[in-house]
Amino acid sequence: MENLFVNLEASLNRFLTATLPGSLPNLAMALASVVVILLFVLTNVVWLVYMERKVAAYMQDRLGPNRVGPRGLLQTVADVLKLLGKEDIVPVAADKWVFKIAAVTVLIPTIMLFAVIPFGNNLISIDLNIGVFYFVAISSTATISFLMAGWASNNKYSLLGGMRVVAQMIAYEIPLVFSLLGVVMLAGSLKMSDIVAAQKDVWFIVLQPVAFLIYFIAGTAELNRGPFDLPEAEQELIAGPFTEYSGFRYAMFFLAEYGNMVAISALAVTLFLGGPSGPWLPSWMWFVIKVYVMIFLFMWLKWTLPRIRLDHMMQFNWKFLLPLSLANILLTGIAIKLF
Amino acid sequence: MEKAMEREVFRADSPRTETITMNMGPQHPSTHGVYRAVLTMDGEEITHIENHVGYLHRGIEKLAETRTFTQFMPYTDRLDYLGAMLNNLGYAQTMEKLMGVEVPERAEYIRIIMAELQRIASHLIFVASYAIDLSSTTGWMYCMRDRERILDLFDMVCGSRLTTNYMRIGGVAEDVPPGFLPELQRLINDLPACFDEYDGLISGNEILQKRSIGVAPMSAETAIAYGVTGPNLRASGVAFDLRKAAPYGIYDRFDFEIPTCANGDTYDRYYIRILEMRQSVRILQQAVDSFPEGPVMAKVPKVIRPPKGDVYHQIEGTKGILGFYVVSDGTSKPYRLHIHSPSFVNLGVFPEIARGGNIQDAVATLASIDIVLGEVDR
Repeated sequence: MENLFVNLEASLNRFLTATLPGSLPNLAMALASVVVILLFVLTNVVWLVYMERKVAAYMQDRLGPNRVGPRGLLQTVADVLKLLGKEDIVPVAADKWVFKIAAVTVLIPTIMLFAVIPFGNNLISIDLNIGVFYFVAISSTATISFLMAGWASNNKYSLLGGMRVVAQMIAYEIPLVFSLLGVVMLAGSLKMSDIVAAQKDVWFIVLQPVAFLIYFIAGTAELNRGPFDLPEAEQELIAGPFTEYSGFRYAMFFLAEYGNMVAISALAVTLFLGGPSGPWLPSWMWFVIKVYVMIFLFMWLKWTLPRIRLDHMMQFNWKFLLPLSLANILLTGIAIKLF
Repeated sequence: MEKAMEREVFRADSPRTETITMNMGPQHPSTHGVYRAVLTMDGEEITHIENHVGYLHRGIEKLAETRTFTQFMPYTDRLDYLGAMLNNLGYAQTMEKLMGVEVPERAEYIRIIMAELQRIASHLIFVASYAIDLSSTTGWMYCMRDRERILDLFDMVCGSRLTTNYMRIGGVAEDVPPGFLPELQRLINDLPACFDEYDGLISGNEILQKRSIGVAPMSAETAIAYGVTGPNLRASGVAFDLRKAAPYGIYDRFDFEIPTCANGDTYDRYYIRILEMRQSVRILQQAVDSFPEGPVMAKVPKVIRPPKGDVYHQIEGTKGILGFYVVSDGTSKPYRLHIHSPSFVNLGVFPEIARGGNIQDAVATLASIDIVLGEVDR
């Protein structure tokens, strides 16, 4: 069980090398990882939408989806089919190209993020020696798609939402990156496998609890999830940048949002929760379990707290989170020097 | 001249900003119906608000002139559709005042019970929608869950949950069914714990407090100048409640307090409702304890032809003073009927107090005023 996917990969590699000439096998293998990652993200999103609704329902004393399929399990499938069948509306006043491209580009960073995530022991697409840096760099490009969507819709609500996205995501990226620095300093490497290996004895959440908290809060803001769901604040901005989107274009944003949640949780698991290591169960199973614990935390937060206000959100970031993350780096440095 | 020149230079150098005009409504998730506000905004800050109402105008006042006095009762349900019992009560008492009908003791008690239950139900909707306008969806659900039990009680006495049409000129439609009082007692026992729960989940939440304390304060002078009544006025520190100031029905027999808050900000307008619900529970308990036996309907002719004349009667609705003005020309239909609706009056102060905040504050402020469009537009 432990090496199930590693063995699968090896046999696929052998098969491709035997059948394809030149450098084609490498290309095919890269393609295969993309397909696997896509499948992983998609299945997770389908499950997460269901899980989110169930978690919310149980927190609110109700049942949640329970009609389509056993215990409502097929609800998301039905919803996706419904979205597929919807009319594809592009507003007349919209900037059509940007409007259409935004719905595609929003998913690209999400998929790319998973390239450096170790899903299990030896189960990582590319073990870059700048893995953490790569993750941070790619995740920050997601902002552009939201801005494109908000701007191109030519709708005031979308525009306000787009502006909020940029303000929020850029602001919270800084403490997010700084919180990762503490871990990187302890591990002495930006490479994901090294960071996981460094947590063999003790998880970094124990050594870096403040960094984990900062990461969790900033991550929530990066994901635009409650209480930081200002950009798509339903009560104020209808759906923010997605107001004018319908059908599958809207579904793409939805997909990216949940995909990002998996990615942010996966990074938290890798950097703070010992990565895919754990007793008894295979490593990839541990990875999934830990990721879902993180995701549950995100959901818990969303369904408990009201939305924060724009100026408070900014103040909290610049006046509290950022100094705190800097102080954490300083303390970590001193501690490393001392011990 | 020189100063004007300076200003021009300053303008040319600094980045140019424009205000944008934005329509909030008539289709918008947090306008509580088909209300429309035209916001003039500088970035996210609101510089001007204009109220637009009338999207739900059904001409109920005119309709009244074509219906008999008895037939008009169900129309009152559709005014403030979250406070149907109180609308019923207001109209019934107005007509009784005009005709000089004495209502039986038991009917008076039933009316008090229904009115206070409705007040709690309406305030629960307020707390719920305030929570959800600040995106606390769980707060919404908790309130809805508890309101359900009140609606079930309404269902027991009159067969419907929202549009009750329960009161009649001279009493109530029917006596309460056998299981009603025990069920009511159980609800009265449970409600205080529910309010404590809201205090923990909604009132005590730090984000919510930061978003509402000090937001859109309304001074007592402003409130009075705009004619604001009900909980919104009491949140500004004016202890005015018709149930105490000019008791109607048998309110003078009950022991309860008029809670007030000091600051009149969004949080106070929210919290006053929780305090009022606790007082309503007190009234309910007293009414259940001294619930008399007897008939529930006075001797009233089948076709009501009140004497010539006009009458104005007002009660403390869930949102403020709810008044009915009826002119009778001696026939079976009103010559003119006017409804003084608290939501309409309270909405007038919204542009005044929400100006200067950002759009998030405006949403919270509008929620805290507690409007029901059925009543605003009539």
